[in-house]
Amino acid sequence: MQVRVQQAAFDPGAELAGFAVGRRDIGAIVSFTGVVRDTSGDLRHMMIEHYPGMTERAITGILDQAVARWSLADALVIHRFGALEPAAPIMMVATAAAHRAEAFAAADFLMDYLKSRAPFWKKEVTLSGAAWVAAKDADEAALNRW
Amino acid sequence: MNVMYFAWVRERIGVPQENVQTKAATVADLVAELVAREDRYAAAFADISALRVAVDQELADFDAPLAGVREVAFFPPMTGG
Repeated sequence: MQVRVQQAAFDPGAELAGFAVGRRDIGAIVSFTGVVRDTSGDLRHMMIEHYPGMTERAITGILDQAVARWSLADALVIHRFGALEPAAPIMMVATAAAHRAEAFAAADFLMDYLKSRAPFWKKEVTLSGAAWVAAKDADEAALNRW
Repeated sequence: MNVMYFAWVRERIGVPQENVQTKAATVADLVAELVAREDRYAAAFADISALRVAVDQELADFDAPLAGVREVAFFPPMTGG
C-alpha cells in the first residue's frame, strides 16, 4: 500500500507499470487518473492547496477502509498539490484484487472519498481571474452509496 | 492552540495559521470568540454551514470539545480528486 502527496509531476503509465508487479495472487488491476480540465477555455493553472499532515492521515484512513472491505492485495494513491497545468495528471488511484469486481468497486470508493474527505481545495486561475471550485452536493451524496 | 485556515477561509482571515490563547470549551465557542474579535473573522465565519472543521487533524463537528486539543483547522468543503 502506498500513499504519496507530492508537488512533483508523475507519469501514470510508469506508475501503473510498476504496480503490483509479480503478484501471483491477483487477477485484476484497476486504475484511475484525474486530469486538470480546462472548463472555461482560458485556464492558466489549477492551484491545489492541502493540509500537510492531515492529508496523508486522511488518505491512509480511506485506503485502510478500502483494503479491508475489498481484500485488496495492493493499492496506490498519488495526489499532487501546487500549480498544475491544464491536461496534467492531478491524482491517480490503483487497486489490485483477486477479481475485477473488487478492484473496480474499491477504486470507485477511493475516488468518492478522496473527493470529499481528503483535505484538498482547488482554485481555478484563469486569464480573467481566480475562483475556488465549490464542492458539489452530488459529491457528498455519492458517499451514501457506500 | 494552533488555529489553521485553508482556501477562502485563509484568504478572508488573511493568515494561514495563528496561535490563539483561549479557554473556549467547544469549537463553536472558539468561533464565537474569533468572530467577536475583528470583522475579518466575522466575514470568514458568517455562514458556518458552509464550513468544515478538523480537530487535531480529524474531521469533527462544531460542538466538539477542545480540552487537550492542540490544533483546530477551518476550511470549506473539500474538493480533491
